[in-house]
Amino acid sequence: MANLFIIFLSALLVNNFVLTRFLGICPFLGVSRKVETALGMGMAVIFVMTLASLVTNLVYNLVLIPLNLLFLHIITFILVIASLVQLVEIVLEKISPALYRALGIYLPLITTNCAILGLALLNVIKGHSAIQAIFFGLGAGIGFALALLIMAGIRERLELADVPVALQGAAITLITAGLLSLAFMGFSGLVKL
Amino acid sequence: MLNPITLSIIVLGGLGLLAGSGLAYASKKFISKIDPKIETILAALPGANCGACGFAGCSGFAKALVEERAQANGCISGGEGVAREVASILGGEVAGKEKRIAKILCYHRGASQTQFDYQGLENCRAAALLFGGNKACLYSCLGLGDCVEVCPLGAITLVNGRIEIDEERCTGCGKCVSICPKGIIALVPKEKKVHVLCNSKDKGAIVRKICKEGCIGCGICLKVCPEGAITLKDNLAHIDYKKCTECGVCAEKCPTHIIQVTSNK
Repeated sequence: MANLFIIFLSALLVNNFVLTRFLGICPFLGVSRKVETALGMGMAVIFVMTLASLVTNLVYNLVLIPLNLLFLHIITFILVIASLVQLVEIVLEKISPALYRALGIYLPLITTNCAILGLALLNVIKGHSAIQAIFFGLGAGIGFALALLIMAGIRERLELADVPVALQGAAITLITAGLLSLAFMGFSGLVKL
Repeated sequence: MLNPITLSIIVLGGLGLLAGSGLAYASKKFISKIDPKIETILAALPGANCGACGFAGCSGFAKALVEERAQANGCISGGEGVAREVASILGGEVAGKEKRIAKILCYHRGASQTQFDYQGLENCRAAALLFGGNKACLYSCLGLGDCVEVCPLGAITLVNGRIEIDEERCTGCGKCVSICPKGIIALVPKEKKVHVLCNSKDKGAIVRKICKEGCIGCGICLKVCPEGAITLKDNLAHIDYKKCTECGVCAEKCPTHIIQVTSNK
């Protein structure tokens, strides 16, 4: 149990996918303009990450290892993640139209999010079991949402700030992201894993 | 044992087939029924997704129509033509909706007297955070053009520091109304030409001091209006557009000339 909590916390804070591992930077910069949309994207990522982490882990352990086809893992993961996201979208539209509308465009966008593939590959590298993979995915998803929300909050305030002309737009956003990343370095050493 | 190439083709192909048929099954099983009416209505709507109807875009409005949560004349950008078309799809009659346009209820529209020099962000919402703006009158248009930016039709322009609204282009979507930090833009009936171009709720003496063209709440218009269409509330004259016959007597008698018969340009 303690082990699972450590995995969760490590993915959430210490090795935050966005700010420490630098995965999923594209949505991190693209969807962090408003807190509202950041929240939508964050929720979608948490959901898909947890699910994808489990399913890719199962496929890896139950199909690829017994057949000795480890070199296929990247392409298999992409296939699995893409169809999984599609499936989630179809089912969600039927079961909970409200949630479907709230997630909106972000759900299909996640298909090509490198953070998800990175998650599946890290599961392999770390040799996680299925349950460990669930917690790893959950932590990573919440970590992603956290980073996105912090960034969106800062950017909403930056809109009203008096930024020097040369630094406006992308420049100040990247600087902010860098400072955030530095801040998250403060968590290193909290958990050793 | 099969050779690795054949095996990988089989495994990947199998996984792909599995995922594909799974998706095909899911899309059949979890098919969400879309009323064909929704699509027909959607085709009839302007498709601007302006949101003036109060729903999330045209598709949201179309859905609400079919579920009878909205009125056929709810599309403001589309006007009467679209309302009639939508009503015919739904199989009902529709009352024509009064066409409305945005009007800035400030005589100066941005060129009024200032009380300090503002050098911040060129943005009404930011300027309004600082003592309610740099204008002497708290109810004055700040003239920095947030409405100009937000107008999806480009109907609002900033000419020599004054905001101009092109009445022909304006569809009355109300985006400028909601973005204006001073709340001085109103939607008024398009065919009515007599308006009170002031929004000041200050007492007459204060208005006189800070603005030559402001409503001082004298009440002369009340007395001269033959229809009794004008009322005075919070030191400000209001015209009831339902009663107004556009005779123009109030505009003639208004001592500060803030009631105006606007020309049809």
